[in-house]
Amino acid sequence: MKMTVKAIVIKEDNVDTDVLYPGKFLNILDTKKASEHLFEGLDPKLRELLTTGPTALFVEENFGCGSSREQPASAMKASGVQCIFGKSFARIFGRNCVNSAMPAFINPNAVLAVKQGDDVQVDIETGVVTIGNVEYPSAPVATLPQEIVKAGGLVPWVKAQRITGSSGSGIVTS
Amino acid sequence: MATTLVEKIISSHLNGKSVEPGEIVMLPVDVVLGNDASTNGAITVLKNMGVDNVFDPAKVVTVADHFAPAKDEQSAMLLRTMEIWAKLQGVKFYAQGRGGIEHTVLIEEGWVVPGTVIGGGDSHTCTYGALGAFGTGLGLTDIACCLALGAFWQVVPETILVTFTGNRQRFVTGKDLILAVLEQTGVSGATGCVLEFSGSGAQALSIDERMAVSNMAVETGAETGFFVADEVTREYLQNRTEKPWQPEQSDEGAHFVRQIHIDLDALDPLIALPSLPGNVAQVREAKGRKVDQVYIGNCANGTMTDLRQAAEMLRGKKVHEGTRAIIVPASQKVYKQALAEGLLDVFIDAGAMVSTPTCGACFGGHNGVLAAGERAITTTNRNFRGRMGSPESEVYIANAFTAAASAVAGEIVDPREL
Repeated sequence: MKMTVKAIVIKEDNVDTDVLYPGKFLNILDTKKASEHLFEGLDPKLRELLTTGPTALFVEENFGCGSSREQPASAMKASGVQCIFGKSFARIFGRNCVNSAMPAFINPNAVLAVKQGDDVQVDIETGVVTIGNVEYPSAPVATLPQEIVKAGGLVPWVKAQRITGSSGSGIVTS
Repeated sequence: MATTLVEKIISSHLNGKSVEPGEIVMLPVDVVLGNDASTNGAITVLKNMGVDNVFDPAKVVTVADHFAPAKDEQSAMLLRTMEIWAKLQGVKFYAQGRGGIEHTVLIEEGWVVPGTVIGGGDSHTCTYGALGAFGTGLGLTDIACCLALGAFWQVVPETILVTFTGNRQRFVTGKDLILAVLEQTGVSGATGCVLEFSGSGAQALSIDERMAVSNMAVETGAETGFFVADEVTREYLQNRTEKPWQPEQSDEGAHFVRQIHIDLDALDPLIALPSLPGNVAQVREAKGRKVDQVYIGNCANGTMTDLRQAAEMLRGKKVHEGTRAIIVPASQKVYKQALAEGLLDVFIDAGAMVSTPTCGACFGGHNGVLAAGERAITTTNRNFRGRMGSPESEVYIANAFTAAASAVAGEIVDPREL
């Protein structure tokens, strides 16, 4: 599924969940209201870049480290972020992105190539991003996270598991 | 084939199926944990999944700790909603005044035994590695999945073996051991891995100190950080749980993706400088920096061990004028024991505040947040920008001796020099 999105570039390693979504707002459950505090500790002006339509974030190393709070991922998703390309991601944030069907792709070359505000083409199923005329494939994604994204996130995936009765333990594939 | 401890734990949850790093499995949970900051979101997601009842009420625990006692009406509603839900579902609920900070409570109440898998809606669920359990933090949608299916998706991790040898000097604690690890791994060096703590220096640690070490495993990027269950573990678990468990360890010849060795004889008290837990230095390198607030407490460092260390530095002394000290026993049990040992007298006589157990200011929620321009030294686990309040405040992380000594000095000081 290809679409054109605007690139938002965050040039900083180890951007943590405390700056993406400060702890004092953890008592906000409404995703729309939570979105009003996205990036609050990093640079609240980044929120303005999200208002122009669908976007993709381009980030550096270990993005999303820290807390298990899901608001950074869910607020990004609710604000129109389609997917994220980064040099690397922290574990729980990466999971939260998959579960929210807003995949986090490892793609250092795309991060090097992109400029703030570029219009780029993304395929959120394959992770291929086109900047200018150059295609940048992302690192391969394991089958299960891919399935979850394809299903539209962990909620519909769990629903489907329950219907087919295939839930429970077992190796899924790598 | 020689296997690692984490592979054994995962395999034992999949009817003995052998697993390899990088494989993805649906990993069954023995315990699912939620707090007032994660449970309510998970309840909504669970409804969206079309699930009315949790998979097994006996395996679900909820704890009121993040915004408890309620900091405002919104938080009060979260606490209330979680309580009503927990009672309706018939799951364990540790109410305000009946528990404390989740990870300390689950460990002291016997929910955590070696070899089990615990999925928690809090990144510091890795604290359960202190007892040899695979405790790991999950987002609220993953928690809802655990509540629905009794399992979560997990990539089988690699293992980094951390060996502690030698003897600790006085004033060097579990906190310094994990800061020494962070000095080597940074905040992402263990991503995709678990840490396995071994060696005579690891075996010599009490459960309280093992908690301090495992608690910050997530700060290295790791999924969790284990200690191999031993006699110390067995003694701790006696009279706490009836759940059966077997001591397990990595086989000889098992594959470790990296090995880290830390010589405790050469280890000084350490400190994490702003604004990264991996920004580790010797305490003396930060010496003389004035502190506005000292905060002793969190999910692994508000234990009796920490409070006794703090009291040792504060006994007969005063918190420096211009500095405030907040001491947060991690659970009601710890609070009561501190009272019985006269530690609360020591703290109050020194001019420190003693708070009811809460996650409070550790995550910037309430109960001691920092103003712009303020500097704190804490025994907590994160010092990211704005972690405890204003983005223009600074947090230094150290052990309880260093934090309490700094309260007396009014500035960061090596506890050996007070």
